[in-house]
Amino acid sequence: MEAILTRAGLWFGAMVLAVIAAAYAHDSGFAAQMMIVAVVALAGLWVSVARADVGAIASGILRMPADPSKYDDDPVRWGVLATVFWAIVGMLAGVLIACQLAWPQFNVEPYLNFGRLRPLHTSGVIFAFGGNILIASSFYVVQRTCRARLAFPGLARFVFWGYQLFIVLAASGYLLGITESREYAEPEWYVDIWLTIVWVAYLAVFVGTLVKRAEPHIYVANWFYLSFILTIALLHIVNNLAVPVSFLGSHSYSLFSGVQDALTQWWYGHNAVAFFLTVPFLAMMYYFVPKQAGRPIYSYRLSILHFWSLIFLYIWAGPHHLLYTALPDWAQTLGMVFSIMLWMPSWGGMINGLMTLNGAWDKVRTDPIIRMMVMALAFYGMATFEGPMLSIKSVNSLSHYTDWTIGHVHAGALGWNGMISFAAVYFLVPRLWHRERLYSLRWVNWHFWMATVGIVFYAASMWVSGITQGLMWREYGADGYLVNSFVDTVAALHPMYVLRAFGGTLYLAGAVLMVANVWLTVLGRQRAEKPMHQAEFNPAADRPIAAVPAE
Amino acid sequence: MSAHSTYDALRHFADSWALLAMLLVFVACVLWPFRRGNRERNDAAAHMIFKDDNDGQ
Repeated sequence: MEAILTRAGLWFGAMVLAVIAAAYAHDSGFAAQMMIVAVVALAGLWVSVARADVGAIASGILRMPADPSKYDDDPVRWGVLATVFWAIVGMLAGVLIACQLAWPQFNVEPYLNFGRLRPLHTSGVIFAFGGNILIASSFYVVQRTCRARLAFPGLARFVFWGYQLFIVLAASGYLLGITESREYAEPEWYVDIWLTIVWVAYLAVFVGTLVKRAEPHIYVANWFYLSFILTIALLHIVNNLAVPVSFLGSHSYSLFSGVQDALTQWWYGHNAVAFFLTVPFLAMMYYFVPKQAGRPIYSYRLSILHFWSLIFLYIWAGPHHLLYTALPDWAQTLGMVFSIMLWMPSWGGMINGLMTLNGAWDKVRTDPIIRMMVMALAFYGMATFEGPMLSIKSVNSLSHYTDWTIGHVHAGALGWNGMISFAAVYFLVPRLWHRERLYSLRWVNWHFWMATVGIVFYAASMWVSGITQGLMWREYGADGYLVNSFVDTVAALHPMYVLRAFGGTLYLAGAVLMVANVWLTVLGRQRAEKPMHQAEFNPAADRPIAAVPAE
Repeated sequence: MSAHSTYDALRHFADSWALLAMLLVFVACVLWPFRRGNRERNDAAAHMIFKDDNDGQ
């Protein structure tokens, strides 16, 4: 009783503070954000007073198994559901801004114009969709590979809910016009502080679980997860060093200025690609691909080589975002050289993942989840070849600021991050809800093809439009003047923008199918369908067609 | 020491001894799993995720 009273008192205090902050706010955006915090505190107050009922009702609706397992899986289940939810939000925002670029009528002033929706899209897919699957899968993997329950169960739940609050504050802030204008780090100072608190709690839960492990060796996937948690903390704090104009206002100024600010921003920006979008997704690869294939990783030694090479090389690659700017020339060259060196370990990792299927290649035919994983690895390989190529100065002089960059990012994000995350969701849901299998494997196959064809439309149209843009911008006439005005290039790109919106819509449609599949699996339904493999594997027939010449 | 000479000293340290130290640490980390006699440990680590039949489900 006393504990409930203390808890309720804390929530009440937080609510009162938030309302006071809203009342004395220096700008309406900050007031709106503080009201969101107050509403969250009110919800917390209600839950802590009516604790048992709310938990039971939520578990009933979401068919949560009462936790009989030796592992603490509730935060993982919540995380998987949040992943699926934010996937739709983030991708829908993406399709909407793709339509805005093709048809400007879609810009609804002021809250839903391109400038405000674009960070909503990037944060929605990277931090909300990607972040949730990373937190959920890391909690799942660290428990299994350490054979230990999560350390600090209360803190693990705080990490989940605190992270959702971070997402809501960031997203609503963008729509209200609150931004630090730092790419992929747009949230303002108070949201940054909140994320830092949540992230330190995340580190404590993860390291705590590693410490109490019942397994002598720490499996390589956990190395990747741990480096993600540590490095993101470092990047986030340094990049967001800023001085707020007022403690009751939403505006702040960066501690750095000029070229130092730009370099800090892209040191952060590229390492967000490295340590948010690459390293932890590789952790998922190193656990889920072997598990789904039923075979150990092709080479454990190669995975460690992969790990240390990414750690030592990635951190220097950021300046390739600032080629031909005021950044010192040596720093630009440094960024370019390290980006090119990254190609090798990246492909080593890709080969390691793909070769894991050696001897089980028939699964690509029969198991759509393996098919997704293979496609994810193929796109990882493609994006990590294209990236170093684009960072070469002479290539960059054509590609910089064009849609080629957008195409590259989406080949990586949709192909690699998206596909491996979908595969992980399909792997996790039947296991977490104790179902025999997914509602439908054929729907997974449909999802696979819709996503793949969507990416092809997206990437191909952006390559064409990027190179068109680059060539048109640099075209000089005999008189020494530029041939094309900016609006000429916009008109030339219009068909490509329409194709891109179509590709994005296909990708989103595949994700909607995933939502239905996940929900029906949670409900415990199974679709009556023909199995995926119609022709059984026949070793006698599986031989080369060409006759072998005599010795 | 003036601000500039501090910068100068730090950058020369960074591109000489610190660089060498980082390189050595990197090489040591990478070569460690390739040591002779580490084969069984690597194999055991790679198979460790299959030890439980049902992973608590």
